[in-house]
Amino acid sequence: METIKLTIDNKKAEVPKGTTIHKAARQMGIEIPTLCYMELHDLNIENKPAGCRICMVEVEGRRNLAPSCATRCEEGMVIKTHTTRVLNARRTVMEFILSDHPKDCLICPKSGNCELQAMANKLGIREIPGQEIAAMSTYRKDTSPSIIRDLDKCILCRRCEMMCNDVQTVGALSAVNRGFMATVAPAFEQNLEYSSCTYCGQCVAVCPTGALTEVDHTPEVLRALADPSKTVIVQTAPAVRAALGEEFGMAPGTLVTGKMVSALRALGFDYVFDTDFAADLTIMEEGTELLGRLNRHLKGDTTAKLPILTSCCPGWVNFFEYYYPDLKDIPSTAKSPQQMFGAIAKTYFAGKIKINRKDLVVVSIMPCLAKKYECQRDEFSTENNRDVDFSISTRELAAFIKQANIDLNNLEEGEFDAPLGESTGAGVIFGTTGGVIEAAVRTAYELQTGKKLERLDFTELRGLEGVREATIDFDGLPVRIGIAHGLGNARKLLDDVRSGKSQFHAIEVMACPGGCIGGGGQPLHHGNSEIIKARAAAIYTEDRKKPLRKSHENPFIIKLYEEFLEKPNSEKAHHLLHTHYFERKKKILVKP
Amino acid sequence: MAKQKKQLLVCGGKSCSSHNSEVLYDNLCLELEANALENEVSVVRSGCFGLCHLGPVVMVMPEKVVYVKVNPDDTRDIIAEHLIKGRKVERLLYHDPVSGKIIPEEKDFAPLKKQMRIVLRNCGIIDPENIEEAIAHDAYEALGRVLTEMKPADVIRIIRDSGLRGRGGGGFPTGLKWEIAYNNKSDEKYVVCNADEGDPGAFMDRSVLEGDPHAVLEAMAICGYSIGAGKGLIYIRAEYPLAVARLKTAIRQARDYGLLGDDIMGTGFSFDIEIRYGAGAFVCGEETALIHSMEGLRGEPTVKPPFPAESGFRGKPTNVNNVETFACISPIILKGAKWFSSIGTEKSKGTKVFALAGKINNVGLIEVPMGITLREVIYEIGGGIRNGKKFKAAQTGGPSGGCLTEKHLDTPIDFDNLLAAGSMMGSGGMIVMDEDDCMVSVARFFLDFTVEESCGKCSPCRIGNKRLHELLDHITKGKGVPADLDRLMNMSMVIKDTSLCGLGQSSPNPVLSTLNNFREEYEAHVTVKKCPAGQCRDLMEYFIISENCVGCTACARVCPVNAITGERKETHTINPSICIKCGACIEKCKFDAVIIR
Repeated sequence: METIKLTIDNKKAEVPKGTTIHKAARQMGIEIPTLCYMELHDLNIENKPAGCRICMVEVEGRRNLAPSCATRCEEGMVIKTHTTRVLNARRTVMEFILSDHPKDCLICPKSGNCELQAMANKLGIREIPGQEIAAMSTYRKDTSPSIIRDLDKCILCRRCEMMCNDVQTVGALSAVNRGFMATVAPAFEQNLEYSSCTYCGQCVAVCPTGALTEVDHTPEVLRALADPSKTVIVQTAPAVRAALGEEFGMAPGTLVTGKMVSALRALGFDYVFDTDFAADLTIMEEGTELLGRLNRHLKGDTTAKLPILTSCCPGWVNFFEYYYPDLKDIPSTAKSPQQMFGAIAKTYFAGKIKINRKDLVVVSIMPCLAKKYECQRDEFSTENNRDVDFSISTRELAAFIKQANIDLNNLEEGEFDAPLGESTGAGVIFGTTGGVIEAAVRTAYELQTGKKLERLDFTELRGLEGVREATIDFDGLPVRIGIAHGLGNARKLLDDVRSGKSQFHAIEVMACPGGCIGGGGQPLHHGNSEIIKARAAAIYTEDRKKPLRKSHENPFIIKLYEEFLEKPNSEKAHHLLHTHYFERKKKILVKP
Repeated sequence: MAKQKKQLLVCGGKSCSSHNSEVLYDNLCLELEANALENEVSVVRSGCFGLCHLGPVVMVMPEKVVYVKVNPDDTRDIIAEHLIKGRKVERLLYHDPVSGKIIPEEKDFAPLKKQMRIVLRNCGIIDPENIEEAIAHDAYEALGRVLTEMKPADVIRIIRDSGLRGRGGGGFPTGLKWEIAYNNKSDEKYVVCNADEGDPGAFMDRSVLEGDPHAVLEAMAICGYSIGAGKGLIYIRAEYPLAVARLKTAIRQARDYGLLGDDIMGTGFSFDIEIRYGAGAFVCGEETALIHSMEGLRGEPTVKPPFPAESGFRGKPTNVNNVETFACISPIILKGAKWFSSIGTEKSKGTKVFALAGKINNVGLIEVPMGITLREVIYEIGGGIRNGKKFKAAQTGGPSGGCLTEKHLDTPIDFDNLLAAGSMMGSGGMIVMDEDDCMVSVARFFLDFTVEESCGKCSPCRIGNKRLHELLDHITKGKGVPADLDRLMNMSMVIKDTSLCGLGQSSPNPVLSTLNNFREEYEAHVTVKKCPAGQCRDLMEYFIISENCVGCTACARVCPVNAITGERKETHTINPSICIKCGACIEKCKFDAVIIR
């Protein structure tokens, strides 16, 4: 490998050719402050527009300061990262940025978690010269079902734009306007709701300030909890337990399943259930559907659509409804676990506890912002009563727990309630990329072959590679599996399928990089991909600890079919647990 | 063309066109027909003559008699008197404002005397819509020579030896640029012509494209051959419809003549050119932003390196040169590097086109050898300051340049001297200011433009320039304090030091250069709250000199806000807190008693 020798702050170093000054300095233990720059190393995601001009350094022989994030090291470079010229420039630029940023930190949803605030603190900014005569750029606030855009707080780091366009290929957000009024918005400065936005929330996940935040539904949840006429139940998605602890100072990857259950109970939920249960149910329905199509295909039935695409991810569903409406009959018709849970809760469970569905409030805790939109879809309501009433994110739950003065760290480990709280390891791994298809394989293999699966850990399906392919031997029948996480990777995979370049029997897609563990509603990773890896590891740990690891062995699932649904893909199951898709391509409306 | 004895060249440049030269052209044609002269005399819509202050201009060829400020109604006289009777129409000839003499021929025009035309060689001489006229004036000869007699490396060497530097503003050696693009191996390369002329008041590129489009097409093909590119793109702002139309005509004609397209002149070399339109954003003149705009992306710069020569249009090696740079290429090939490098100063060779504007007698387009002094430009070519006022400063380099002052009058103008004087060459705008111009307001005025034209990508340019503008505005309103000058200085330095592209790196120049050269003016604004040039309205005070006032009450009666009081036949006074500075009292006073101080 070709290397380059250079000097940073009087220390000599040798780095591979192509290394940026920022990375070279980091290797030497010199942390040059950055603001717009962000990297998720293992996911191949990098944002370096060199726009904020905070990470400027002095390079000997150059007329101007250089942005360390985007300047490649060159042989013999002599770099200084903290001369008075650099420090003055950094401070002055920061004063510029702050002079056009609202000072309402007290009531900002990002306060305490804001990278701009942290940087202002780090640079010791105590006043902003000229603020009294400084005009502020102001924009119309925009609230969609999932995401709030408050662009007065945008510092034009362009991370959201990079996620939306380069990583997700959704193309909802891009820079608009020029100069002082430049900002990031959908085309024609439309509301997000009228754009191609999938509500994946990756823009929110990377926003350094309060410009992009989730719609907070905790006030509605609090109101429901306070209403004595309502029975309020909660379901928690698998990825939540692997990340919630971070909000309470625990190391990334700390599993807090039991403490989370106790906290939810302490918050006043009448029943604490698990979305993992519904994940097991999803496997029963989706797995059966897969085997149905596969066997029809093997018998030569050309109407059997393959590959089957998973449909648990609402961001992904929005994406293919918008961009691949011609393929809308190939995804599984199975609802997502969140919605399966809601449908079962408001029928089977409401019947069990003998209350009207209108008096039962179903709340979901999700690592996801698209789930907020999903539960508001018309097809998931019965007589204007939603199957899932409110969906709140991991971050909102953390804030809720803190508001209620509950000390998560010191809570006893609680247990989920029966019957909708029991799950297998297969349900747990839904939380990470590759998990849904692995869970499906565990069940489909045994149902298809009638044999017991010896090896449950399909490591060939795991990992953080953006697009993965594997062939699983179903006792002599090779089943081709494709996996993509991140919508841009999904697009690649889907384009290959559409063009006939790739042939799969089943494809799992998760909209967010890393799967749900990297969801738009999770605690902020601030550009540290180690956090995402630690969450994935936690998910697989939880799976291994479970006594049952195959969905079809979940006794409560078996009981549910016996008592209520008869069998997978039965007429009743179809009615309650399956859905259909719409072409979502919207007309561009000229009114905001 | 050869059969006709005479030609009437009607300036088709933008300035003359906007003064009805189109109607003038039509009238001339009709009048010739009426006199059955259409077979003997042709009317040609030419490119800009550079005599914009005298437009519309008509030149009679071959005698080169110039008629100025010609109205469409004057056509009858020109035909009847000049063409038929052979007598010059005296009232339409140029009257030298200094000597009062009548100057009939172009060669004797003071504004043209010190000029040297390389870039504008054919502007105003040929019909830009007729390729044969261009060919008759040596167009495509250089290309032919390059394709048949030279290797790419030879061409690059000639350009390098000529000392030609980029005319778009940066002044990067053109030969070196070509060499880098040549050395970057790729299956596909591009030649881009930057015709996104954005400096307010600058129109040299437009004039070349309108007056001699083949000069650019030919040079692009030569560049393509030299660096190994088969495709050229001209990025031009859509606000230049005439230039676009003429380029399209020129490209079509060049293709028809086998001078563009496949197998040019049968040499096996293929090169074709397409036009790309810009929406007029100033920042798209920056080469990376220009390339992104052509790619269909937001017109925003990106960090260099990688330079376009390494990774440009669609990630391929791309050579971007400005219109004026390209227009220098063919003469260099034909006349040699030595000839070109004999013109100009040590490090700046050849000529430079300036758009002369402001408080000067002769405004317009001039082409002068590098190294000419500001004094020669202003007093000899420009005819001195208008209304006999005193010269104060000349802004070069457009809104991101700086100002030259009296002490720079005898400095030879070239890339390096302008930089040393705190200004820059830029694309060649030159705005002359006189004693009535307030330098704080001038700086604010230029900032107006850069604030408007910043793309917003980097924070120092997006926010810093806005803050700079606000502070200047504050000062011109008399609200500044002495410490503000240090803040101006610091903000300016940091914006220059930290901005992403040339726009932000140069936008504070007007502030810095006025602050350096006219600090006392700034100080007057922030300490005694006065504007020495008397231009900042908020700092003016209307005052009645008691010695001159006779107490006629005229001022008091005309004052719309009753700010003036005083008994009849006694001295009047103005209450400054009521006065709205409308100036009515000054106009009314017959005794020069009201002054602004």
